[in-house]
Amino acid sequence: MNKKTKVRNFHQAKWDEPVIYELSNKGERGILFPEIEKEIEEIIGDGISRLPENMIRKQPPNLPELSQMRVLKHYLRLSQQTLGADLNVDIGQGTCTMKYSPKINEEFAKSPKVTELHPSQDERTVQGILEIIYNLDLFLREISGLDKFTLQPGGGSQAIFAMASIIHAFHESNGDSEKRDEIISTMFSHPSDAAAPTVKGYKVINIYPNEDGLPDVEALKKAVSNRTAGLLITNPEDTGIFNPKIKEFTQIVHDAGGICGYDQANANGILGITRAKEADFDLCFFNLHKTFSSPHGCGGPATGALGVTKELIKFLPVPLVEYDNEKFYFNYDVPKSIGKVRAFYGVIPAILKAYSWIMSLGSEGLKEVSQIAVLNNNYLLKKILEIRGANAPYARGRHRIEQVRYSWNKLYEDTGVTTEDVTCRMVDFGFHMWSSHHPFIVPQPFTLEPTESYSKAELDEYIAGLKKVVEEAYDNPEIVKNAPHRSVVHKLKTDTLDDPERWAITWRAYLKKNKK
Amino acid sequence: MSKKKKIIHPYIPNSVPEIKAKMLEEIGVKNIESLYEDIPESLRFKEELNLPEPFLSEYALKRHVEQILSKNQTCQENLSFLGGDCWQHYVPAICDEINQRSEFLTAYAGEPYEDHGRFQTLFEYASMMGELLDMDVVNVPTYDWGQAASTSIRMAGRITGRTEILISETISPDRLSIIKNYCKPTIKINTVKYDPKTGKLNLEDLEEKISSKTAGIYFENPSYLGCIEDQGKIISDIAHSQGALSLVGIDPISLGILVPPSNYGADIVCGDIQALGMHMQFGGGLAGFIATRDEERFVMEYPSRLFGITKTTVEGEHGFSDVTYNRTSFHDRIEGKEFVGTASALWGITAGVYLALAGPQGMQELGQVIVQKSQYAVKRLSKINGVKIPFEQSSYFKEVVVDFNDAGKSVKEINKVLLEKNIFGGKDISNEFPELGNCAVYCITEIHSKEDIDRLTHTLEEYLVKEELQ
Repeated sequence: MNKKTKVRNFHQAKWDEPVIYELSNKGERGILFPEIEKEIEEIIGDGISRLPENMIRKQPPNLPELSQMRVLKHYLRLSQQTLGADLNVDIGQGTCTMKYSPKINEEFAKSPKVTELHPSQDERTVQGILEIIYNLDLFLREISGLDKFTLQPGGGSQAIFAMASIIHAFHESNGDSEKRDEIISTMFSHPSDAAAPTVKGYKVINIYPNEDGLPDVEALKKAVSNRTAGLLITNPEDTGIFNPKIKEFTQIVHDAGGICGYDQANANGILGITRAKEADFDLCFFNLHKTFSSPHGCGGPATGALGVTKELIKFLPVPLVEYDNEKFYFNYDVPKSIGKVRAFYGVIPAILKAYSWIMSLGSEGLKEVSQIAVLNNNYLLKKILEIRGANAPYARGRHRIEQVRYSWNKLYEDTGVTTEDVTCRMVDFGFHMWSSHHPFIVPQPFTLEPTESYSKAELDEYIAGLKKVVEEAYDNPEIVKNAPHRSVVHKLKTDTLDDPERWAITWRAYLKKNKK
Repeated sequence: MSKKKKIIHPYIPNSVPEIKAKMLEEIGVKNIESLYEDIPESLRFKEELNLPEPFLSEYALKRHVEQILSKNQTCQENLSFLGGDCWQHYVPAICDEINQRSEFLTAYAGEPYEDHGRFQTLFEYASMMGELLDMDVVNVPTYDWGQAASTSIRMAGRITGRTEILISETISPDRLSIIKNYCKPTIKINTVKYDPKTGKLNLEDLEEKISSKTAGIYFENPSYLGCIEDQGKIISDIAHSQGALSLVGIDPISLGILVPPSNYGADIVCGDIQALGMHMQFGGGLAGFIATRDEERFVMEYPSRLFGITKTTVEGEHGFSDVTYNRTSFHDRIEGKEFVGTASALWGITAGVYLALAGPQGMQELGQVIVQKSQYAVKRLSKINGVKIPFEQSSYFKEVVVDFNDAGKSVKEINKVLLEKNIFGGKDISNEFPELGNCAVYCITEIHSKEDIDRLTHTLEEYLVKEELQ
């Protein structure tokens, strides 16, 4: 690594590893399962012949056949061809809070005391894990100011769907659910804040940002009516700008008879600073895999921990975990419960890791997390704005909370190099850079969120990477446009992916469509 | 922790005062507080969060958490026969090795270049599931079976343009609860009865309830009550004759020996992959799959990510990326199909590892050993006085209803006694299926030895017979 420019002479692992079917050798075995005991076989026979004749599979499934070490090697090589947060300066995936997931918490989750628990065991045998669930509920109540949490939803989007379901149940209990058929959200809220209530049958009104980048209060006033069921809003939004009028939003919606759900999936800049309660929200949720450090796992398993005010507890999914001063227990007596949103009690490993993370930091630590995340973000903002071709629309001259949505529009106009091109070239230096949720209201968008986990030196390294790519864009745009050059594979041909005649979602479909 | 001593937390590097000062200077502000200028005073939380004192040393944290976890009693320390939507199977060491790799564990949403491995492993997972299911399209996993079934139903609604669904009564009650909430208020749900003698679907009731308004019939095979449904073809034909779809939920670990639903007319197949290499984790190891034929009208209705294989600018290089990304809510927040977000991809990668290890022979041998053991358990249990196995004409895969109606003891009492002997008895379904009375579902898999099954039956015999004598 060149210490002066801080850009690495990086090359990602490139094993040229075939698709697993191309590695198959007839007869090889990867694992042997327990054999049947002779005594059982003598009594039962082959077992299969007792099954209904028409239900017996005649051809074994066409799975690959590989020895154990070859399977291991295949997957280890593919793991090396994946750039996890543990390996890169993962600040390029804004909105997703790619922070450090402590290894000690992984140790806890690997313990047989967790992995070997069946969810239908007698309550007396699972007091430890119930204690974790219950105490995490208490912690999240404190962090949000709300009155009860369920940890059942298996991700942020499922938590949003549960919020929409509770809003629906609330109005139903007032005989109002048919009349109140609209949910209000904002364009810079997460896409699921609009998509999930749509599944629930709601018409969704998306409030656009005003010139300050904030959702427009006047537009909200026009949007509410006696058809308003509720509000689902992220704050800070994807722009990282805190909406100072958020309480006015909840007031307007409450006055119209709606209830308000706060998308706090990413609360990484505001722990101990500001809460759902003070902004008068009725519901909120936190993603334990974002703010609370549980790893993202290539896209889950995850948890959207959902909290409500006292008035809405009766609508929560069952069961709730309670404590009667002697023991922890499940409470299924939730009179107007929406039922269940996910099986059992939630994604236990994510819950356990979030619990442990909070217990390693405490109140002061959580606040320090947020303050340093905000410090890092504003440092990054300052440095990015110094890069030619980059800018940060909205709130000029003001500070941001935990992330910023930037734009390469100037770079694009100057050089023809797009956000996607920059993304592909950043890969060559060992970095990841994400664009934005759709639609691209900010042209040529990119969204950075440094969290609290990365040192100043690492932030500087990322900035140096961006600077290097921008330099190239102005001097030699072709190198950027044809990137990546030093990643696992080269530029994809994507035309097949939207063509029903040529797309191939499985290897067998690929073979059928590519017969020689 | 002493309040005065300022620590530099190992997770927060830029807490170091000199660095912090340098960064503040660079930003041009005096303190961090001024970065929060947009949060009005009225919204500020001015107190300290009331949280327990933290365990700052990793060792102290470890002591603390392990002390809490030690209160759990596990299925490893005891002998468990619990099943019903979460199952104890053997997890090969390599499954854990791979899903604990830093790269997979901490990656998220990178591009098809730096995250090539993520795309390829999930494509391969779908490919192997596709072979198991004999179908050409499988999604990147969703949350669990309940979500997979719910989405299958909503897909059927969109494909047929209809808003009614029929569901077999033998579905898991928890799953039905998830489906009901997910469908409300858009899709109307009716249940179809089962034959109390066989546990199979009541075809007359199906014929009576199905109509030109029906989007689909959803049933599970084996059902929550463990019965193998052998009328799949007839059910699918009845559905198709009304222009409805056949939707089937399955346990993929059964497909080494059982016919996949696509072979008896299913249009959409769903289920849970937890059995394929995930520890139970108190229900945390679940992940749902959805599979269909490779037809545009099906593919375009998936809300999930679908990863496809393609070419790159270099001859012979495989690339992987999203197929028809524009159908998802990531692309269009209103018109996108349902919604997509972080769900359970890591478990998909793991299930791929499992299927690659097992191979065709492994899945077949595993399926066989499971039915042999469950049949042995049925044989032993049914010989106990007061214990019956209902639905005898039918056959089981790994779960079986055990009827204690004549035992003179409730399942609750029986399970309490078993627990004293370190046995977790079958899942009590007396509230879930009141028409069956005092019954439990027992689950037997490859992990149960003959000795384990004998120990269960001896313990039951001893308790029930001894009580009878008193």
